Amino acid sequence: MVPTGQLIEVSGVSTGLLRQGKGPPVLFIHGANGVGPWLPFFEKLSTHYDLLIPDHPGFGRSDVPAWIKSVPDLAFFYLDFIEKLGLKGVHIIGTSMGGWIASEIAIRDSSRLASLTMVGPAGVKVKNVPVGDIFVWSAEEATRNIFLDQAIADRLLSVKPTDEQLDVMMKNRFAVTKYGWQPRMHNPDLEKWLHRIKIPTFVGWGREDKIIPASYAKRWKERIPHAQVEIFENCGHLPHIEASDALFAKVKKFIDEAAV
Amino acid sequence: MKFVLFHLMPYRHLDLVEAKKYRSAWTVLPNSMYDPTKGAEEYASYIEQLVSGERLGFDVIGVNEHHQTAYGLMPAPNLIASALIQRTKTVKIGVFGRALPLVNNPLTIAEEFSMLDNMSKGRLVVGFVRGIGAEYHSSGINPAFSHDRFHEAHDLIVKAWTQPGPFAFDGEHFSLNYANLWPRPVQSPHPRIWIPSQGSSETIHWAAAPERKYPFVVTFSTAEAVEKYLKSYSAEAHNFGYEASSDQLGWAAPIYVADTDERAREEAREPLERLFNDYLPMPWEMLIPPGYTSLASTKALAKVRTGLGVERQTLEQLIEKGTAIIGSPKTVRERIERMREKTGLGNMVCLLQFGTLSDELTQRNIERFATDVMPHLQDKKPATREAVPSA
Repeated sequence: MVPTGQLIEVSGVSTGLLRQGKGPPVLFIHGANGVGPWLPFFEKLSTHYDLLIPDHPGFGRSDVPAWIKSVPDLAFFYLDFIEKLGLKGVHIIGTSMGGWIASEIAIRDSSRLASLTMVGPAGVKVKNVPVGDIFVWSAEEATRNIFLDQAIADRLLSVKPTDEQLDVMMKNRFAVTKYGWQPRMHNPDLEKWLHRIKIPTFVGWGREDKIIPASYAKRWKERIPHAQVEIFENCGHLPHIEASDALFAKVKKFIDEAAV
Repeated sequence: MKFVLFHLMPYRHLDLVEAKKYRSAWTVLPNSMYDPTKGAEEYASYIEQLVSGERLGFDVIGVNEHHQTAYGLMPAPNLIASALIQRTKTVKIGVFGRALPLVNNPLTIAEEFSMLDNMSKGRLVVGFVRGIGAEYHSSGINPAFSHDRFHEAHDLIVKAWTQPGPFAFDGEHFSLNYANLWPRPVQSPHPRIWIPSQGSSETIHWAAAPERKYPFVVTFSTAEAVEKYLKSYSAEAHNFGYEASSDQLGWAAPIYVADTDERAREEAREPLERLFNDYLPMPWEMLIPPGYTSLASTKALAKVRTGLGVERQTLEQLIEKGTAIIGSPKTVRERIERMREKTGLGNMVCLLQFGTLSDELTQRNIERFATDVMPHLQDKKPATREAVPSA
């Protein structure tokens, strides 16, 4: 069931939030394209957990505060968010740019976090291993490069977005530009602090990721040696869409063990 | 009316068939397609063309800045300006302009312009621009902060030119303990600042403000758009409580003059169509990166998407829409005259070499324009100017 969206006030920012389910809190941190439609992955999470999916400041239904300018700003914003909602023992799941944000939250303060899951995270740049240029691609190229299964891309591209959806897409694109254009989708100061992450950590990657190569998982494992790493075969940049069942099974097991 | 002989310095030897295999002639076009031997000759020819502008009576000879493109070989336009200063005595030298947001220390722009103003003994006219969308890809500068960086850089440069140094500058994007310009500019309070633009309402409002009154130049637009933007500048000025003078109103366009309309069209056709269909086009993602224009403006632009290179433009269409001025001396005079009557236009920025136009046709075009068009429309010049010996 698709939850009704709500707006909550955090640090003076009116923030869009989808919340559904009961159980330990799971905070889903969306990627560069925003929350998007209610996915099977969300439905499954919400049958086991108290699932919270906010729109980042600048995205979706949230305000566009001029003072939030960077992913480190977003990380502090989410620490305020977690406090404001009185959440404890939070399991964070971030995909792509959301994985970057999740790691920036965790290096700052993980006292209210129970676990960290990052799927195809941005945030770290491995020298001489290029990442896809999401800003130069057309919408069609981007859609085709995100998924390995071109049937998914075909399906998405065959649907003409409504004016309202176009507005949100453009708003999201402005936000991801502000946070990720320069340095391109990473923070040069993140990697050296990843050892601060002591909570159980899971890193997932699609083997055929054309945005951020799966070889990046190795670097994350080097910096967070206790992390579990799982590579999903026959899968592109978004395992929570393209390998939804497999990812959910792994993540549920990981979260439930971490919660013990 | 004042006349600027303006140059983009395109790389004419581009393999246009090969180039079409790439997204654009900007940013992603491999520079293996540039032959330095041929390129060196391009610089030599283009500098000659500009220098001839003094002898032929142009008020200003001008260059501009573009990066990583066959469309224009001037990533550092001040280098060309410096060469032009050495080759001329009285003509004004225009740099239209430097892209302020693309640099990490705008004081270097203040310094270089100040040097050029000294070296030319006060002949410099400058332009402040934001750079085009592709240049946010090539420089890496975040387009989301383009406007903020432009305004902050502008404030720093003008302050450095006009306030005693050293002073500290505490900006959001640029922060300096010491801003202390050696040399200071010759012109007082500083070289004239022009604002070349495609006509965003925010820019027009800002340029027309009484504390600035910056001359505004509409670039590469249809005659209808040029009229609309120049009128809206004048309306802004009126709302500010003053009347815009003609020297605040400018238009930059490709111009070609020959004996007859037919001959002009024949000679200009291929070079002009090359400019608009081969050198200029770029995809939307390069042209309008997110944040480069406001969300509202970007939405409006996205709806029409008739931007550069979206559809092929023919010579006839470019003439019809008034984007290019091509024809006999009479036709060209009338086109410019008509715009002056409608808008009070006072600065005509003339692109007399465009696309693949050859040296021979370019020089003929420049001379024809200077002889048969310009004198009919040009302001009377001070006596000193008439004393310039012809080469």
